[in-house]
Amino acid sequence: MSLLYHIGRYFMLLGEVFSKPERLSIYWKRTVEEMDLLGVKSLGIVSLLSLFMGAVITIQTKTNIDSPLIPQYVVGFTVRQSTILEFSPTIISLILAGKVGSTIAAEIGSMRVREQIDALDIMGVNSAGYLILPKIIATALINPFLIIISMFLSIFGGWLAGTLSGIISSSDYITGVQYDFDPYIVTYALIKTVVFAVIIATVSAYQGYYTTGGTREVGISSTKAVVYSDVVILIANYLLTQLLLL
Amino acid sequence: MIEVKNLSKSFGNVEVLQDINTTFVKGKVNQIIGKSGSGKSVLAKCIVGLYVPTKGQVLYNGESFHDMDKDQKKQLRQEIGMLFQSNALFDSLTVMENVMFPLKMFATMSEREMRERALFCLKRVKIEGQGKKFPAEISGGMQKRVGIARAIAMKPKYLFVDEPNSGLDPQTSIVIDELIQEITEEYETTTIVITHDMNSVMGIADEIYFIHNKRLWWQGTRPELLKSDNQELQEFIFAGSLMRQVRKAMKSG
Repeated sequence: MSLLYHIGRYFMLLGEVFSKPERLSIYWKRTVEEMDLLGVKSLGIVSLLSLFMGAVITIQTKTNIDSPLIPQYVVGFTVRQSTILEFSPTIISLILAGKVGSTIAAEIGSMRVREQIDALDIMGVNSAGYLILPKIIATALINPFLIIISMFLSIFGGWLAGTLSGIISSSDYITGVQYDFDPYIVTYALIKTVVFAVIIATVSAYQGYYTTGGTREVGISSTKAVVYSDVVILIANYLLTQLLLL
Repeated sequence: MIEVKNLSKSFGNVEVLQDINTTFVKGKVNQIIGKSGSGKSVLAKCIVGLYVPTKGQVLYNGESFHDMDKDQKKQLRQEIGMLFQSNALFDSLTVMENVMFPLKMFATMSEREMRERALFCLKRVKIEGQGKKFPAEISGGMQKRVGIARAIAMKPKYLFVDEPNSGLDPQTSIVIDELIQEITEEYETTTIVITHDMNSVMGIADEIYFIHNKRLWWQGTRPELLKSDNQELQEFIFAGSLMRQVRKAMKSG
């Protein structure tokens, strides 16, 4: 019952979020600010993770398929496929759920317990729309760019680790990266990214918006935001993979 | 004018308010008093529509708030100003931006006119020099003034003030009380103040509403308050030593 209650309330909140905005110009200004806060400021952690992720995939692939029957370029091929199909869109989204999701829940939750959301409501402002819609649009617009950067950096990290440690030649790696490339996998990854971005923004905002109590409860909402966003992302990942790849 | 008819409010099985019937007068400072936890704030939140009453209704100029459609409610809310106990100022906005916020969302005026109106409101509450500061950079008393400035920016018809003196020294409390009284007269607002500060009640209340035991226990004016022989009301208003001295002085003529 509790789960159904939350699902129902979540969709009712989304109904409020997508109702007509008071002033479009204000919403757009807020969206740009959120793109900076939630997207651009996540670039550092995304870059760092992606570089090391690619490096580790390269080393692990090489050590696990060390057979003369398997061509060397398979390492580059594996890094590209696993990065584009899964690691960048899913793992980076899970990381962003931690960073961005907790920020969203804490910000909105603090506003709730400090009566700032009540103040918006009393003024006649659609508080759900004003606070949440710019975050949804911002993450849906900026996360695909973050994931594309992550893809490049992961593949580059793999090349760097492979060539610097001498486990694979640069030409073999690049051959593997270019081998049998189907652009659809990028489309698939970006569709997943946008869906995951919407999940992160809405699930976290839901947790923050319905916070009751004080600062301790804001912390609990932040944790719940990360956990539930991750769970919903994993379920959506499975469903989207079946839908788009089978 | 605001009318409350047969209003009851429960949270789960816990009943907080029971069958409240009253009218709040236009152009007057209406003060709701009562012990902590007596349901004063819940009553105010039912009146402004933040809580839906379990029973009964709230009428704004004869029209039931809860029967209004979304647009009507939105329209009405633009006529309501509220000062919260926590001030509820937006931390990421400067003082000036906080006061301009409702204007930017709803007013049909140019940026320059909005700035002029916001500056006028800040001057009215005597903090025009603080416009560029953030709420965290000013004192609690100043934050209250910013809250009042923001509440009057849209020239409200109804003003709600929740515990305006909490956390303030007695001198600043008097300044804030006087400001509420002046603004009520100036804008002819129906002002509802929630408080348990008897100094404030004795200073500015035109009409007093005592909430006790979930009900509206007593209602009257300041002179009637001191003369009332209602046992529970007497216990509440003469709980403080200052008020006890007032009673002693009254008895001795």
